[in-house]
Amino acid sequence: MMYPYIPTTHEDEQEMLKSIGLNSLDELFSDIPEEFRLKRDLDLPKSKSELEVRSYLTQLANKNCSTSEMTCFLGAGAYDHYIPSIINHIISRSEFYTSYTPYQPEISQGTLQYIFEFQTLICRLTGMDVANASLYDGGTAVTEAALMAAAHSRKDELLISKTVRPETRQILKTYAHSQNLKVIEVEMADGVTDLEDLESKVGDNTAAVIVQSPNFFGILEDLQATGEIAHKAKKAVFIASVDPISLAILKKPAELGVDVVVGEAQGMGIPLSFGGPYLGFIAAKNPFLRKLPGRIVGETVDKDGKRSYVLTLTAREQHIRREKATSNICSNQGLNVLAATIYMVTMGKEGLKEVALQSAKKAHYAFEKITASGKYKPLFNKPFFKEFAVTSDIDPETITAALKEENIIGGYNLGKDYPQLEKAVLYAVTEKRTKEEIDKLCSVLEGIK
Amino acid sequence: MRNYDKLIFELSKPGRKAYKLPELDVEDKEIKDLIPEEFLSDAELDFPELSEVDVVRHYTNLSNKNYGVDTGFYPLGSCTMKYNPKINEDAIRLDGFANLHPLQPADCIQGALQLMYELDRSLCEISGMDKMSLQPAAGAHGELTGIMVIKAYHEKNGDFKRDKIIVPDSAHGTNPATAAMAGYKIIEIKSNKHGLVDVEALKAVVGDDTAGLMLTNPNTLGIFEKEIKEIAKVVHDAGGQLYYDGANANAILGQARPGDMGFDVVHFNLHKTFSTPHGGGGPGAGPIGVKKHLEEFLPVPVVQKDGDRYYLDYNVPHTIGKVKDFFGHFGILVRAYTYILTMGSDGLKKASTMAVLNANYMANKLKEYYNLPIDTLFKHEFVLGGLKDPLSEVTTLDIAKRLLDLGYHPPTVYFPLIINQAIMVEPTETESKETLDEFIEAMIQIANEAEENPQLLKEAPHNTIVSRPDETRAARNPVLKYEG
Repeated sequence: MMYPYIPTTHEDEQEMLKSIGLNSLDELFSDIPEEFRLKRDLDLPKSKSELEVRSYLTQLANKNCSTSEMTCFLGAGAYDHYIPSIINHIISRSEFYTSYTPYQPEISQGTLQYIFEFQTLICRLTGMDVANASLYDGGTAVTEAALMAAAHSRKDELLISKTVRPETRQILKTYAHSQNLKVIEVEMADGVTDLEDLESKVGDNTAAVIVQSPNFFGILEDLQATGEIAHKAKKAVFIASVDPISLAILKKPAELGVDVVVGEAQGMGIPLSFGGPYLGFIAAKNPFLRKLPGRIVGETVDKDGKRSYVLTLTAREQHIRREKATSNICSNQGLNVLAATIYMVTMGKEGLKEVALQSAKKAHYAFEKITASGKYKPLFNKPFFKEFAVTSDIDPETITAALKEENIIGGYNLGKDYPQLEKAVLYAVTEKRTKEEIDKLCSVLEGIK
Repeated sequence: MRNYDKLIFELSKPGRKAYKLPELDVEDKEIKDLIPEEFLSDAELDFPELSEVDVVRHYTNLSNKNYGVDTGFYPLGSCTMKYNPKINEDAIRLDGFANLHPLQPADCIQGALQLMYELDRSLCEISGMDKMSLQPAAGAHGELTGIMVIKAYHEKNGDFKRDKIIVPDSAHGTNPATAAMAGYKIIEIKSNKHGLVDVEALKAVVGDDTAGLMLTNPNTLGIFEKEIKEIAKVVHDAGGQLYYDGANANAILGQARPGDMGFDVVHFNLHKTFSTPHGGGGPGAGPIGVKKHLEEFLPVPVVQKDGDRYYLDYNVPHTIGKVKDFFGHFGILVRAYTYILTMGSDGLKKASTMAVLNANYMANKLKEYYNLPIDTLFKHEFVLGGLKDPLSEVTTLDIAKRLLDLGYHPPTVYFPLIINQAIMVEPTETESKETLDEFIEAMIQIANEAEENPQLLKEAPHNTIVSRPDETRAARNPVLKYEG
């Protein structure tokens, strides 16, 4: 049988076998011990036509509720921001998506250059000196930063605020266990990191202090004050996880004493896609340059003096250093880096700011309207960006179900991760939401008994 | 093609816009009335100002500076640069997949979970394992997750003295880097003269401090580890676990299964074996599969089925925890499952058969012109050892650069480390005999040029937009962002 992706004809096969000096295709596998040869077909369906496959997958996709059919007020780490049309068109160019890691710079200048542009944009957004070519996602980026801090400081205590996204903290704990590092959680007070508790926990063994701002509740943390406490410990690294869109209007982490900035860039041009693939980033002050994990692109000149780009500082990496590498990571999020780069330059100087402002203004409108009658109360009284939490007497599952009836994807049930917040729900509002949609959310919420 | 040499920042002109958002339709309050001024920046964002046409032209021009599988032959060893089917790309863009929030309630995500569950079952059948975790983001991430699972297993047994992972000297760099990241010491064992694990050397290093052995089979020389049964026995008898690096799984689809060979943990690179695109470096996916005795250590959540319902199961008794945000690279999983559905049991077996036929055909032709240090039956790839003439000044790097002139992406070079002047060729099954023959001709031409006009090769490439960018300078004086 012939298959669309396999061009070898029966005649080719015979010629090739003869050329090698074999009599049958079976002989190609004669080096596999007989007892390990699979003597049956794999227990999978037989090959299918494109039409059948497409139809089956469409059926599966249609069993899900998409954010284009429903109105999404769910965030908690993944956001329904608008994605400009041009992104999908450009990332669909197969010169980009069918290429490998740019090991051969002469035929990879396209990839290398957009990574260089990405690094520049991330540095400008965060105010940091250097950025890498990306990491898997925002959660693992926190962990990579923490491991870098432990290696840098040669200390073993990783302090992380309880206002950091719970899943991020779980990932950190998983990795930390492997390296015998201690994860110490810092308490929260009124929805932000409890700085007194932090102060009591920072000490001689502190490798890193990790906070998130806007934090998991959408609230802005006092980075400056946190950094001052963190830096009381000699060599301790202050790490902040941020929403890159918020940085279009907020003070830059670099001005606030942050040493390493990480974050999740999914909101910048990458579809929700049921949680991945997304885009982690890491940016740092200069002293961390040679300690960063992952790929880094640098500018240089070719043998004729022409500006060109290459993967650089590879002496940190696994394919050179093997067990002494700064991390085992060998991919970057390539195509998603391209998507975010296109997003950032398409929105540009004014657009990213407008996305941030509209999201913040709409979120505050929603917050005021939801809490107006008193049925839903603000969980915390702190400045927030595009997400906020409210609490009520109603069970969050009841709220979710009632909203779904009205074609609304409701907020995140905070009780899942914070038992003390059992009736609290976290709502996210992006620039995509209209006044009409927000008003409908509010009226459905008001009507729930 | 015109010689395009601009950075996006150099196109910026004040006032241009490439976007338009709807007018704000809620009351327009001052931002400082919503967020205290102490948090707000008064500086302008230093981002470029462009029109949509500027952006599209710029990146289209950049794409023209790239080479992909769709451009031409890409025989990059160990990377399995097979064709990336277009229906895979359509599948991830289906509304119900692309626009699905990961935290929606269970009844809103049944299609996604069903796909993940069916992919889990399919990969288990292909590998001979019992349960998968689809969470790892890449091969290296799968390795790390798998080694953490092995660590958790030993710890649950109260076996804390096992602090060493054994890797062959032919292993991918990620293997030792992963083991180190998981807190292990690394024992490297030398390959024997056939390029295989030296079983006696293995026996000499295993002991009650052995946590496990990481092995690629077929190995990075493209050779099947025939002694796998004995290797597995030696490791298991010492109380260790056997890890399968699935980078080379394209050679054995439907032919043999790591689970049957005695491996306890495997990872697959979906971006190699299962045709998902490499995307210029990612994103890929590196799901792991484990045998029954390790299921209780898998990261949470795993996807399970109860009657007609699919669910995310967080109740894994001795889970290592979470290793990744949400549930893994779902978009990559969709592409891989699309490929498995398309190929079916028959197509997958055909793929591995043709991948192996192509590799052996090329090795057999090229060994007349290049060193083939280990000449045997290969699986999906083979490793040449530079030119036949030991005195030639032409190196593997020069050969690779000359291939660029002739329109090819070169093979992997200088890896594995155990072969001098290594040229690692993996043709994959998606290339025609004509393509292989043309590449063989190109390689023969280069071997001849090396004798007749070595300078031509030393100065290659001649036809590319840049030639031999200065990597030393890049590392010595790092310029990592645009300062203009």
